[in-house]
Amino acid sequence: MSKHTALYGTHEALGASFTDFGGWQMPLKYTSELAEHHAVRQAAGLFDLSHMGEVWVTGPDAGAFLDYALVGKLSAVVDGKAKYSLICNPDGGIIDDLITYRFGAEKYLVVPNAGNAPTVAAELAKRAEGFDVVVEDASDATSLIAVQGPNAEAILLKLTGDSQHELVTGLKYYAFNEVTVAGHDVIVARTGYTGEDGFELFLPNEEAAALWASITEAGAGLGLIPCGLACRDSLRLEAGMPLYGNELSLEGNPFAAGFGQVVALSKEGDFVGKEALAALKASGAGSTSGRRLVGLKGLGRRAARGHYPVLKDGAVIGEVTSGQPSPTLGYPVALAYVDVEHSAIGTALEADLRGKAEPFEVVALPFYKRAK
Amino acid sequence: MAKVVAGLQYSEEHEWVAREDGNVVSVGISAVATDALGDIVYVDLPEVGSTVTAGETCGEVESTKSVSDLYSPVTGEVTELNTTAVDDPAVINSDPYGSGWLFKVAAVSDGPLLSAEEYAAKNGGEL
Repeated sequence: MSKHTALYGTHEALGASFTDFGGWQMPLKYTSELAEHHAVRQAAGLFDLSHMGEVWVTGPDAGAFLDYALVGKLSAVVDGKAKYSLICNPDGGIIDDLITYRFGAEKYLVVPNAGNAPTVAAELAKRAEGFDVVVEDASDATSLIAVQGPNAEAILLKLTGDSQHELVTGLKYYAFNEVTVAGHDVIVARTGYTGEDGFELFLPNEEAAALWASITEAGAGLGLIPCGLACRDSLRLEAGMPLYGNELSLEGNPFAAGFGQVVALSKEGDFVGKEALAALKASGAGSTSGRRLVGLKGLGRRAARGHYPVLKDGAVIGEVTSGQPSPTLGYPVALAYVDVEHSAIGTALEADLRGKAEPFEVVALPFYKRAK
Repeated sequence: MAKVVAGLQYSEEHEWVAREDGNVVSVGISAVATDALGDIVYVDLPEVGSTVTAGETCGEVESTKSVSDLYSPVTGEVTELNTTAVDDPAVINSDPYGSGWLFKVAAVSDGPLLSAEEYAAKNGGEL
């Protein structure tokens, strides 16, 4: 039985098509996923991301605990800033990728992916043994609404008092503030999964529908439309961002996925997965051995899709993890794991598109980068 | 928009068939199919002069989210392609039964086809 977010009724009223994602019934699209994609690139889009998890970690050992439980050095994050990290198992396999927000030395918010939230919450609780911390899974009580796109800031400013404008305009990427938006006390983070400027807003479930309505009204003259998960996927792919389950998995590892830099092997003390990750790094995983994640640009019109084989001179040397025609760029893009010797930018490869090999080229990520 | 249009015939694979002059039929895909596919960005059609066979693949339709084979609902020689739909596949979504038609065939035989009523009943569509 799929779960519903607090905004399910709102989506139904808007005529959304739904899809099951991570155990949740989520809006796939409201009208056209292409129109929604372009709205985020050119104006603004409004997303319900309440399927994402929210796990609070509080107590004197919060920083030290997260340094042990995750691969990054979360204790070093500045108050009011967020950090992208991974939670790995003892073998170095990726349980989830997540964003951790530091409110203070004794208070952090960990945001895992929807389908992984219960696993991550349970794993954190297990790893908390011996630390003076409280791990509280607030996922079922918390909504998350994202406003993404070049007009996102202007829309939020219409809903915040003059005295609080600075709390929004002063936010750097991956920073957050507690702001009153349309009368609601909200955590506003300048984060996103679209490759555009934008914000993610955390608030209690009871207030989500009212805030959604206020943002819709404020954004009406600024090109804002509701956006579903279909365009969220095409937006994140263009931005070269990984999706857990496609690019990241228990079978993979951070080095092959291109996230070696988020593994803080030199931080003090032990952390879960350290030994295995150190060995993987020493073995050259993702650089001189095994496969690594690369961006592929299609030279024809047909797109490669997840699980399609990647070929070099007819031999299988990799596999596509995500792929589709890029609405912004107008050509097919894909993420794929390929053998490291074929991973250099500019390498000519092929993808097996249902029995027919089509030319693709390894290109730098992200595929799309917004003009600053 | 009605998901299923009366007066047309339909294949199990969601192609529609409209009778034109003589034995010529025009072929497109139904709104049931376009709804399931999402925004279509690329369509690969059989060449004019080629022979298509009922029930066999003759092209493909690619959307942002997925790709599916196009099956010919009839057997015969392809006489015309809708180049507008090739150049701007969005018309297949916006007008699947009109300006989003795909190709015409001088049909010598039909595959198994459903009436609009039968097709609507099978697909929960409205006439």
